[in-house]
Amino acid sequence: MKKLINRKPNRYARWFLGFLPFALLLAIYIGASSARLAENPDDPLLPSLTQMAEAVERMAFEPSKRSGDYLLLQDTLASLQRLGIGIGVSAALALIFGIANGAIPYVRATLSPLVVGISLVPPMAILPILFIVFGLQELAKVMLIIIGVTPFMIRDMQQRTLEIPEEQIIKMQTLGANTWQTITRLMLPQIMPRLLATTRLALGTAWLFLIAAEAIAATEGLGYRIFLVRRYLSMDVILPYVLWITLLALVIDFLLNRWSRWRYPWFHATGQ
Amino acid sequence: MRSKLLTALPFIAAAGMLPGTALAKDEFSVCWSIYVGWMPWDYGDAEGIVDKWADKYDIEIDVVQINDYIESINQYTSGRFDGCTMTNMDALTIPASGGVDSTALVVGDFSDGNDGIVMKNEDDLAEIEGKRVNLVELSVSHYLLARGLESVGLSERDIEVVNTADADIVSAFATPDVSSVVTWNPQLSSVLEQPNANLVFDSSQIPGEIMDLMVVNTETLEANPKFGKALTGAWYEIMARMQGDDETAIEARTHMANAAGTDLEGYEAQLEATNMFHDPAEAVDFTRSDQLLETMQNVAEFSFRHGLLGQGAPSAEAVGIETPSGTYGNEGNVNLRFTDKYMQQAADGEL
Repeated sequence: MKKLINRKPNRYARWFLGFLPFALLLAIYIGASSARLAENPDDPLLPSLTQMAEAVERMAFEPSKRSGDYLLLQDTLASLQRLGIGIGVSAALALIFGIANGAIPYVRATLSPLVVGISLVPPMAILPILFIVFGLQELAKVMLIIIGVTPFMIRDMQQRTLEIPEEQIIKMQTLGANTWQTITRLMLPQIMPRLLATTRLALGTAWLFLIAAEAIAATEGLGYRIFLVRRYLSMDVILPYVLWITLLALVIDFLLNRWSRWRYPWFHATGQ
Repeated sequence: MRSKLLTALPFIAAAGMLPGTALAKDEFSVCWSIYVGWMPWDYGDAEGIVDKWADKYDIEIDVVQINDYIESINQYTSGRFDGCTMTNMDALTIPASGGVDSTALVVGDFSDGNDGIVMKNEDDLAEIEGKRVNLVELSVSHYLLARGLESVGLSERDIEVVNTADADIVSAFATPDVSSVVTWNPQLSSVLEQPNANLVFDSSQIPGEIMDLMVVNTETLEANPKFGKALTGAWYEIMARMQGDDETAIEARTHMANAAGTDLEGYEAQLEATNMFHDPAEAVDFTRSDQLLETMQNVAEFSFRHGLLGQGAPSAEAVGIETPSGTYGNEGNVNLRFTDKYMQQAADGEL
């Protein structure tokens, strides 16, 4: 008999095993939910799948009674816009400062300690200062994401730039390249796929800051809605919203991965 | 064998999440959160007053502090606690509309200036028209705002509400974007300390409409009247102790002030804006009055307009509210009850 470490599931078994934990969780949820609902049909804590479907219908496909907007659409667009701007600006800053720090020792000596210092400050602890500086509207929400993710993205980009083999840089110079050419022709192309990989990882943190920002002061957004209906324990709205956020995050991650594979196939070919 | 175990698993797990069953029992737990009118529970717990009364009725009562107010009500609603401190509005919109039949065992006080609307550079509430107002949406602040707007002939359509976390409302008011906030104490007094801040409306203009209650599960209470008696007895002993200027009273109030994160002076300022019912007879009169019924109707209508009675609720009368002077709403679905029974026993010295 083969040893356990050498036995591999076939394709169908992999699919089955992958789905199994989800099915089990769903079964546990349905069991617990129907047990609570049998005792108290108005129980809000663990709503049935039908109740959640009704809430989705109400939030996504019927215009709101008060404002006439489709709430889920409105919330999603508001949140995605904040997330998009926040993560986009963060990635751009990380690229510029990461490469500058990695490539030029004088810049590194000046900025690197500052970036390390800032990356260790928990932004949520200095919120009142952020309010005074950036106000309470869109800018503040985007800035919270930027302050939350940029420093560690810069650190990562700096590290990746420093990891570029010395031989390549020396070769570039023997061929007559100046600093600017070395950065744009050698470092930039090698760093881009790594930037995408870091951005994928940073997205999780960015969502966290986005939802925190929307919980503090907002009039729309996915995080706003969740914290608003939490006031009366409307889990029938919260759970579908959580699933929707997970799905959005999954799609964004998938798209970034596809983009990276399409633009930088060499990066993924080397066993990454 | 194995497949049987697998089928049973969800049910075993489900059993762990079952709500507490309301049979006769002798161990109870109640929760509270930091607020001027509920600090006495902390004092009663620390000084052993709650334990003393529980022992008298041969039961055990665990008093637990929950840091987050809404989370404490949610925990009570999902069955983790037998009782919890909350306002009349939240009692209606969270447990009662969530199908948990709840009874206001002790009406502790009503807000008499502890909740207010503050504007920058303006001293007339009517000027709020067209402004953005920062507040905790769907809370008693929101209700106070609606009542304030009514008093100057405006409605919520004339302003824009911005949901703002209660912990951040003070620093929010310091930013130039924010011109008006609605909040409660202790945040209210911090907001008022800032320059150009004017109090334009407060809860003393709608006396008796925002009440602080000890709410308990009705089934648990009916199966265990001892639980109600012990809690009520303990409450009025604490009330008697904290009143006046003798050493015990000062000590009690200092304890409450420290536990609330302020000092004696700050806590007494908050108490001044709170109409505490030190005497059970006053609380009984208040509970029996027609005004309570009228207030609850106002609150139910406000809650219905904002969808707080559940999306399936056909009208403001969906959840029945029973008070000694009559019942408002659907009598077949009474889920919030005000009772004077235990407070009357305390007034008569029968506990």
